[in-house]
Amino acid sequence: MSLPPEFQGWFTRQGWQPHPHQIALLAAQGDTLLIAPTGGGKTLAGFLPSLVDLARGGHKGMHTLYVSPLKALTADIARNLARPVADLGLSLRIEDRTGDTRQAQRARQRVDPPDILLTTPESLALLLSYPEAPAIFGGLKRVVLDELHALAESKRGDQLMLGLARLRSLAPDLTVTGLSATVEDPARLADFMGGAQVLLADPGPDPDIAMLPTAHPAPWAGGGGHYAIPEVLTQIRAATTTIIFINTRAQAELFFQALWAANDENLPIGLHHGSLAREARQRVEAAMAAGALRAVVATGSLDLGIDWGAVDLVIQVGAPKNVKRLVQRIGRANHRYNAPSVARIVPANRFEVIECVAALQAVRERDLDGDPRGPGPLDVLCQHILLTACAGRFDADALFAEVRRAGPYRGLTRTDFNACLDFAATGGYALRAYDRWQRLVLRDGLWGLRDPRAVRDLRMNIGTIVEAEMLKVRFRGRGGAPLGEVEEAFAASLEPGDTFLIGGQTVRYEGLRDMVVEVTRQPTRKPKIAVFSGMKLATSTQLSHRVQALIGDPTHHAALPADTRDWLALQDQVSALPRPGVLQSESFRHDGMWHFALYGFAGRNALQTLGLLMTRMMEAAGLGPLGFLSTDYALLIWSLDPVTDPAPLLDREGLRAGLGDWLGNNAVMKRTFRNVATIAGLIQRNLPGQRKSGRQATFSSDILYDTLRKYDPGHLLLRITADEARRGLVDFDRIEDMLDRLTRHDHRMLDRVSPLAAPLLLEVGRVPIAGQGRERLAEAEAAALMAEAGLEI
Amino acid sequence: MSGYSFTFAGQRLVARPSGALWWSDRRWLVVADLHLGKSERMARRGGALLPPYEVAATLDRLEAEIAATDPATVISLGDGFDDDAAGRALADEVCARMHRLARGRDWVWITGNHDPGQVCARMPGRTRAEFPGIPALRHEAGEGADISGHFHPCIRLAGQRRRCFLIGRDHLILPAFGAYTGGLLADDPALAALVPQGLAVACGARALPVPLRQPRRA
Repeated sequence: MSLPPEFQGWFTRQGWQPHPHQIALLAAQGDTLLIAPTGGGKTLAGFLPSLVDLARGGHKGMHTLYVSPLKALTADIARNLARPVADLGLSLRIEDRTGDTRQAQRARQRVDPPDILLTTPESLALLLSYPEAPAIFGGLKRVVLDELHALAESKRGDQLMLGLARLRSLAPDLTVTGLSATVEDPARLADFMGGAQVLLADPGPDPDIAMLPTAHPAPWAGGGGHYAIPEVLTQIRAATTTIIFINTRAQAELFFQALWAANDENLPIGLHHGSLAREARQRVEAAMAAGALRAVVATGSLDLGIDWGAVDLVIQVGAPKNVKRLVQRIGRANHRYNAPSVARIVPANRFEVIECVAALQAVRERDLDGDPRGPGPLDVLCQHILLTACAGRFDADALFAEVRRAGPYRGLTRTDFNACLDFAATGGYALRAYDRWQRLVLRDGLWGLRDPRAVRDLRMNIGTIVEAEMLKVRFRGRGGAPLGEVEEAFAASLEPGDTFLIGGQTVRYEGLRDMVVEVTRQPTRKPKIAVFSGMKLATSTQLSHRVQALIGDPTHHAALPADTRDWLALQDQVSALPRPGVLQSESFRHDGMWHFALYGFAGRNALQTLGLLMTRMMEAAGLGPLGFLSTDYALLIWSLDPVTDPAPLLDREGLRAGLGDWLGNNAVMKRTFRNVATIAGLIQRNLPGQRKSGRQATFSSDILYDTLRKYDPGHLLLRITADEARRGLVDFDRIEDMLDRLTRHDHRMLDRVSPLAAPLLLEVGRVPIAGQGRERLAEAEAAALMAEAGLEI
Repeated sequence: MSGYSFTFAGQRLVARPSGALWWSDRRWLVVADLHLGKSERMARRGGALLPPYEVAATLDRLEAEIAATDPATVISLGDGFDDDAAGRALADEVCARMHRLARGRDWVWITGNHDPGQVCARMPGRTRAEFPGIPALRHEAGEGADISGHFHPCIRLAGQRRRCFLIGRDHLILPAFGAYTGGLLADDPALAALVPQGLAVACGARALPVPLRQPRRA
C-alpha cells in the first residue's frame, strides 16, 4: 500500500512529514517488526495500514486488534487515534477492552465487535476462551503488538504468542506488526513473533548521557543515592520536566522523602510506583500529562508507554543493572524525534560508580545486553490448553500444530505437549486418582471440559502475572483514603506503633482490619523501614563482564573518578585486583570471625546461590559457616574457621551435586513453584470473598510442593519449577559461566580487611545459615518470650 | 520426640510436635481436622486436580504417632473427612490401612461440620457427636472446659507460620492434623475471643510454647 492523497493531506495539515519507516511499514508485505526509538511515531506507523485499509470501506467486523502491556496505554491510544479518524472523516468504532471495561460493554463487544479493539494479553486470552471467538476474530485483518520488547521478557509475551497462533488459525490471512524499542537482537525478537521481516527506523542522534557530578563522592555502601540530593534538585530546577528512575519501590519512597526535605522552593515533585494506590498513580500521571509537575520519582512503573511530551531530562539513581533498560529509560527524555535525549546517572555507592562508568561505555558503543529467555515455558502452555477447552472441544494434533506456530514454542516436542495435556486433563500424577473427575475428557476424538462449572474458575485464573499477596493500606477511620499496598509478609512483621513510609509519608501501623492495614499519620517520626518490594534485578551478564574488565585492568582506570582510582590502587597494593580471567578471593579476620570474599561478578542471584552451596560444603568441612551476603559482584561468607583453599569449595561437580540436593527444600524454589502452579492452574488466585474473612481457606502452596516432592518427584510442575529456578532466581547457569570464564583461582590470606571487601561489610541483606540454625532461632525466640512473660518452660 | 506437657481442666496432657494431643492417663490419642479426601472432593466439584497424596501424607504422620504412643483409643475430633462422600470414596487400600492402624484399639469419629453423618461402614470405629465431661471433647468449642478443633490455629514464630495448639482457661484448641489444611492466626478475633490469654504451642521439629499476646485492639 502507498499513502493515499487524503492521508498525505492530513499529514501536511498537521505540519508533519510521514517518517520513512511509517511509509515503509505501509508498503511492507507480510509480518513486520518495526524497531524505532521512542518518539518515532511508532504507534501511528502501526495503525496507518489499518486506517488506510479501513478508509477504503467494505470491511465488516473486527479489522484490527492492538495489544499492549499496559491498560493505560490502550486508553491513551484510543484518544490519540480519535483525532486522525475524525479529521479524515472515517466512520470507525475504536474501543478498548481491559480488566477495567464495564460488563455491559464486554458483552456487547462479543456480539458486535468494534473495527479496532485495543487490549492487553490477558484480556485477549479471555476473549479467545469464549465459544464466540471464531465469530469475533474470523474477519480479522491486522494485529499490532506494541512494546513487544517488554512483553517478550516475560511469560505475558509467551501467552500472547500462543494467543496469536490461535488468531492465525481463526483468521489465516492475518498480517502482524510488532512495535519495539531498541533491542540488542532484532532477529531474535522477530523469531519470537513467529517470524517477521525487521524494519529498523533511524535510531536518531546519540544521547547526551553522563554521570552527574556531585560535591561529595558516592558512599562506600548502600543504595539510596541521597548524597546527590542537592545536585539532583539543581538539575530539576534547570529542566522543564525530569523523571528520576530508582530501582526499588522502597528506595523510591526514601529518595522522594529526602528530596522533599531539601526542596526549599517547593518544586512540584511527584512519586510513582507500583505499590501506590491506582488513584494515587493516576493523579500523578494526569499531573504529568498536564505539565503540572517538575519531576517524578519513579520505578519501572514508568518504564513503558505513555507519552510525556515535556520530559527533557532523565536521572537514573543507582546502577542501571542492564544497559538495554538504561537506553530505553534514557529514551523517555525528549520524545521529540531527532533531538538527543539527556540523561544523568547517580551511582549509589563505590561499586556502582564502576558499574555506571562501564554502562556508559556500553551505551556509547551501542552494545546492548540481554540474556535470552529460553523456550516457551510449559506452565503457560498448560493454562493455554485449559483455556482452549473453555472455548470448545479441540483436537490434540491440531492444537499441537497450532502451538508450534507460536515463536517461543517452535521447538516444542510432542512429549512435552502431551505432558501438558495430561496435566490439564488428569493432573498428570503417577497415582492415577482422578479417572472419574478428569478436568478434560476425550470424547469422539476431541478433548473438552468434563464439568462446565470449571469454566468460571479457569477464566478467573487467566494470566501469567503472579503477585505476592498484597494488603491495602488505609488511614484509620471511616472513608480513610487508600494509600497503596504492601506485601502481606511485610504487614505481618509490623507491630502496632511501628512506622513506615508509603506514598511519601510516614505512617504508624495501628492494626489489621478486614485484611486492610490501618495506619495513622505520623509526620514527625522517623520511619522504621519500607521494605515492600520483593525481587531485586541482577546485573546483566554482559555488564558484569564489562565491570570486571574495567576493575581488573589498571590501564582502564583513567575512565574512573579519582577517589575510585585511589581505592582500586590501594586494593592492588594490599591484595590483588580481580583481573579478567581470574577468580579472585581473600580470607581475613574481622570482628572475631573469619571472612571469605569471592569476586565472582556473576550477579546477585547466582552469587546468592553460590553462597548457599558453598556454606553447605563449609558446614560439611567443619568450618562453621555463620552467614553470608551477596551483591552483584561479590560473595562474602563469615565462619568460625578460615577458608584457606577455595578450590574444593568451587568444584563444579560438587556444586552441581549440592544444587540438586539443596534446591529441593529451598524458599526460592517454593516461591517459583507457587508461580508455576498458579499459572498452570493448580492453585487458584482471587477467589472472591476468600481473603475477606481473614481465614486462610487455602493452604499454602508450600504444602503442595513438599507433598509432590515426597510422593511424585517426577511430576511436570516440579520439572518446570526446576528449569525456571535454574535460569531465574537460582541462576546456576551464571555460576557455570563464572567458572568457565574465571579459570585461574587466586586466593590471598590477609591480615586485615581489604579495600575491596570493606564496603561488603557495610551491605545489608545478610543471610544466616539455615538448617539447625532456624530451629535454634525459633527456640531462642520462644524462650525469650516465655521469660519476658515470667513463664517457665 | 519432645512434646509439651501441661495441665488443662485438671488433666495432664501432652501437646505433641506433630499436632496430636496425648492424654496419657486414658491413653487417648486425639487428632483434629484430618480432612481426608479433600483433593478428591475438590476434583469432584470441577476444581483443580490437587496432588492426590494428602491421604497418604496424613496417614503416614498418623501412623508414626500411633506407633510412638500405642493408644488405647484414637479420637478424630471432627472433620475427619472432607465430606461424607469423600469418606465413601477413599480407595480400598486406604480402608485396609485404616483397619490395620485401628487393630487392637478403639477408634472414635466425632462429627464435624464437614462430616456430620455416620462414618462410612468401610472405616473402622464408631461415630459420636461429642464426649461430655470435664473437659468435654467436641469439634467446635462450646461450653468450657472443652477440647476442640475446627479453627486450624496457627501462629507466626521467627518469620514462619506454624500450626499450633491454643491453651486457654476454658478451651484447648488443636491444630489441624490433615496435610492440606490452611490455618487461622491465633490473634484473629474469632480465636482471640475463645482463648484471649494463655499459651500457644507451635508444632514443628519440637513443640514450642509461646505466650499469647493480648489481642490487638480492634
